[in-house]
Amino acid sequence: MTLSQEELAEELSDGATTRVHSRLRVVAGRFFRSPQGIAGFAVLAAMFLLAFAGPLVTRWSYTDKDFTAFLQPPSPDHWFGTLQTGADVFALTLRGMQKSLVVGLLAALVSTALAALVGAFAGYFLGWTDRVLSWTTDLLLVLPAFLVLAIMSPLFGAGQWALFVVMLALFLWMVTSKVVRGMTISLKEREFIQAARYMGVPPVRIVFRHVLPNLSSLLVVDATLNVSAAILTETSLSYFGFGIQPPDVSFGTLIADGSRTATYAPWTFWFVAGLLVVTVLAVNLVGDALRDAFDPAAKRAR
Amino acid sequence: MRPVLEVTDLGVTFGGVPAVRGLGYAVRPGEVLAVVGESGSGKSVAAAAVMGLLPRGARVTGSVRLHGRELIGAPARELDALRGRTISMVFQDPLSALTPVYRVGDQIAEAVRVHQRVSRENAQVKAVELLELVGIPRPAERALAFPHEFSGGMRQRVMIAMAIANDPDVIICDEPTTALDVTVQAQVLEVLKTAQRETGAAIIMITHDLGVVAGFADRVLVMYAGRPVEVGGVDDVYYRPRMPYTVGLLGSVPRIDRQGGRLTPIEGSPPSPGALPPGCPFAPRCPLWVAACDESEPPLYEVGEGHRAACIRWEEVRPADAADLAGPAGTGGDGGDGGEPPAGPRERHRRTVLEVSGLVKDYPLIKGAVFRRRVGTVHAVAGVGFDIREGETLALVGESGSGKTTTLTQILELAAPQAGRIVVLGRDTSRLGRGERTAIRRDLQVVFQDPLASLDPRMTVHDIVAEPLRTHGRRQPGRRVAELLALVGLDPEHAARYPQDFSGGQRQRVGIARALALEPRLLVLDEPVSALDVSIQAGVINLLGALRARLGLSYLFVAHDLAVVRHLADRVAVMYLGRIAEIGRIDAVYDAPMHPYTQALLSAIPLPDPARERSRRRILLEGDLPSPADPPTGCRFRTRCPKFRGELTDDERGLCVQVEPDVRTLGEDHGAACHYAERRVVV
Ligand code: SF4
Ligand code: SF4
Repeated sequence: MTLSQEELAEELSDGATTRVHSRLRVVAGRFFRSPQGIAGFAVLAAMFLLAFAGPLVTRWSYTDKDFTAFLQPPSPDHWFGTLQTGADVFALTLRGMQKSLVVGLLAALVSTALAALVGAFAGYFLGWTDRVLSWTTDLLLVLPAFLVLAIMSPLFGAGQWALFVVMLALFLWMVTSKVVRGMTISLKEREFIQAARYMGVPPVRIVFRHVLPNLSSLLVVDATLNVSAAILTETSLSYFGFGIQPPDVSFGTLIADGSRTATYAPWTFWFVAGLLVVTVLAVNLVGDALRDAFDPAAKRAR
Repeated sequence: MRPVLEVTDLGVTFGGVPAVRGLGYAVRPGEVLAVVGESGSGKSVAAAAVMGLLPRGARVTGSVRLHGRELIGAPARELDALRGRTISMVFQDPLSALTPVYRVGDQIAEAVRVHQRVSRENAQVKAVELLELVGIPRPAERALAFPHEFSGGMRQRVMIAMAIANDPDVIICDEPTTALDVTVQAQVLEVLKTAQRETGAAIIMITHDLGVVAGFADRVLVMYAGRPVEVGGVDDVYYRPRMPYTVGLLGSVPRIDRQGGRLTPIEGSPPSPGALPPGCPFAPRCPLWVAACDESEPPLYEVGEGHRAACIRWEEVRPADAADLAGPAGTGGDGGDGGEPPAGPRERHRRTVLEVSGLVKDYPLIKGAVFRRRVGTVHAVAGVGFDIREGETLALVGESGSGKTTTLTQILELAAPQAGRIVVLGRDTSRLGRGERTAIRRDLQVVFQDPLASLDPRMTVHDIVAEPLRTHGRRQPGRRVAELLALVGLDPEHAARYPQDFSGGQRQRVGIARALALEPRLLVLDEPVSALDVSIQAGVINLLGALRARLGLSYLFVAHDLAVVRHLADRVAVMYLGRIAEIGRIDAVYDAPMHPYTQALLSAIPLPDPARERSRRRILLEGDLPSPADPPTGCRFRTRCPKFRGELTDDERGLCVQVEPDVRTLGEDHGAACHYAERRVVV
């Protein structure tokens, strides 16, 4: 110990102005320093704003029908045109976006979280925990998801979209969970996990503090993919009439309807489809930026 | 004599980044040239360039002449014809250099037949002869075995046999003994010497170990940042170094023949090859630096007969003992004394912090992937006992398979052992509740061998050091973290970085800071410096010594490097095959070891001192460690014991075969587990 350093230590312990460099801050900082992260986040925020604040600026609601305009192209009156029924496409699109954004993002988050928790706990604790959890995973894996959702579709009527989210998520997590379990088993042997154990960190906290963050790349990528998967599953369910029930709409029902008239009335299809693409792109950008922010080995501008 | 191999102005770049620059040397038949350098110095890349084994992305310039024939730019067919015949190579990891699915004998025969027109039978006969030459017992039988059935040392012998199969003129050995235990290293070096005598080849020995070089090489070339910085006869370089880097390197090597005390580390870490300093590459770390050093890269000055050094101030450079080059406190702030182990008798009144007695740990030996069945029991630890008192450092040393790591894990688990007793800080681990165990973990902390593996790569240094504090209920760890980082000689401003952003030595300091966070009383050090380069290692050893004195810590220090142990420990326990062979005060054990194994172990360690190394007599052990699943009866060491084999009468041997010796106290704080223990000086 040289003198200068001792002084330094003393100085530091006197002053109360020590900066905290915890992981959360560093990750957030790095996320918002990457152009991808900013762009993706901004677009997503704009989409949410549009979906939830948009209806306030148009005089049509998604249930209204304009009997003076059937299947009209975009005009100052109907910004995105109208459908065959006279419904305003702009209002419908916003409503659909509300549902799809919420359903897609929530379903993705819930399923990834479920995958991470089940996989990590099964892999870390092994033994009985593992047997029970793996058995549940396998069971869900062999259930025909589409059929179950179709049968349950009457339950997703008015206002029950939360149940829909849960059911969607319930059929998305199993494969990831198996991957997470495998990776956890190998992570468990790593020295830094041993170090935490010998330090006296409780096992559950080790899972949350060391195991899951080290799987974050996988989890973020998985969540990103799940957003698209959830939106697309919802789309195909809705296409067959099993998803979001009328009069409510979603991207899925809109695309299903719009695709029939797309050739001669493109506005019924392309606005929705375009917004869907933009949403998925933005989610992917955020995903990429998050993964890099979590990964200390990724290149970064200093 | 004309040189066999001449390298002039060799340069290698990978994508514009220079890895080797301006390397030149020549070797004559029968000469041994050692190329010494730390990791990243370009020594292995240079060897691969000579062999023509570099990947495609590399650009090689300069000239390599073998018997006057230019190799660089030569057609691949010509190179193939030369490789293995005129010039051959021995790698660090023999397992990856041997094909796993062919019998060892066939592989050697194959090597013979590629270059010589001999019949299959004759090649087989030659293969067996070669195996015998490199000291493989029952060569005809072993030639039919597969590589994985050999131990590391035996595999390296096979590699040497293959390398000399065609009577080459040059053998390049790339860290041939780095992965081996010391006693095996001594055997393999001996085999290399035999091989050289048989073939009369020149050997280029690439290594980081200055001890190995001292006893083996005729000339030494020291590399730093991709270029040679000093070349000369081994005595010139060791006793009259003219380059501050060489001086620093020699000063930072821990030695078994020197008592504890401080080492002189080299400050800082080597430059990255992409960002070399403008002038002398060693300038940022050099104690003799003057402004002129930054002007241009110094050429190799002729400083003596066949001795050249790349330093503009070479006339003023002195060996480390003559002048204290590091200057006062020139160690990056980890200094202070206190590295000295307390002399004199053991203080009996001090409290015991760790007591282990009769510890046993077996593992089931399982075979088969589908039908797993138990085929035996590995006796990893078979009755080990020792204690550590407050403020004391006990080193547990042994080669791989000695059970030292198992002993350590048993202690760290804080669980009831299979048999025996572990008492940590006065508490028996078999009677601990959950809360008590957590409480003990506060006082018992670990520093791991590989700092990169033991620090969570996804956490910032701040979070890593704060983790033990948070775990044991401290809300605002910020200030303490900064204190700790300063204590181990790191800049607290770097707390926001990730472990990957640090060099190896700095990472280990982070590991130490984390271990110290809760002010533990007992620190377990698991090979804390073996993953580090020598120049860095010295700094960490000094830091550990200083911290112990300052914070009144006790260390349990597990290591395979006996030289490092000598610098840090007060007492040492030598383990062999799951039992303690010898235990006692460090000076007593090192200066006059009593157990034949300790004697062999100490005599196998090379000293970085050419004259002494040449005059030393090694006690070579024969064969490999027996399997811990089936240890010999009686004394576990008897299958390899030189005393048992050479000095004892048949009657005396009976005792060794029948009765397992326990550790007997034979002097003040000095005991050995041998029926016929007697002191002997071996260093
Ligand atoms: S040239 Fe200067 S900086 Fe380089 S080794 Fe010599 S004295 Fe040190
Ligand atoms: S007891 Fe016998 S075999 Fe064992 S170390 Fe002593 S002399 Fe050698």
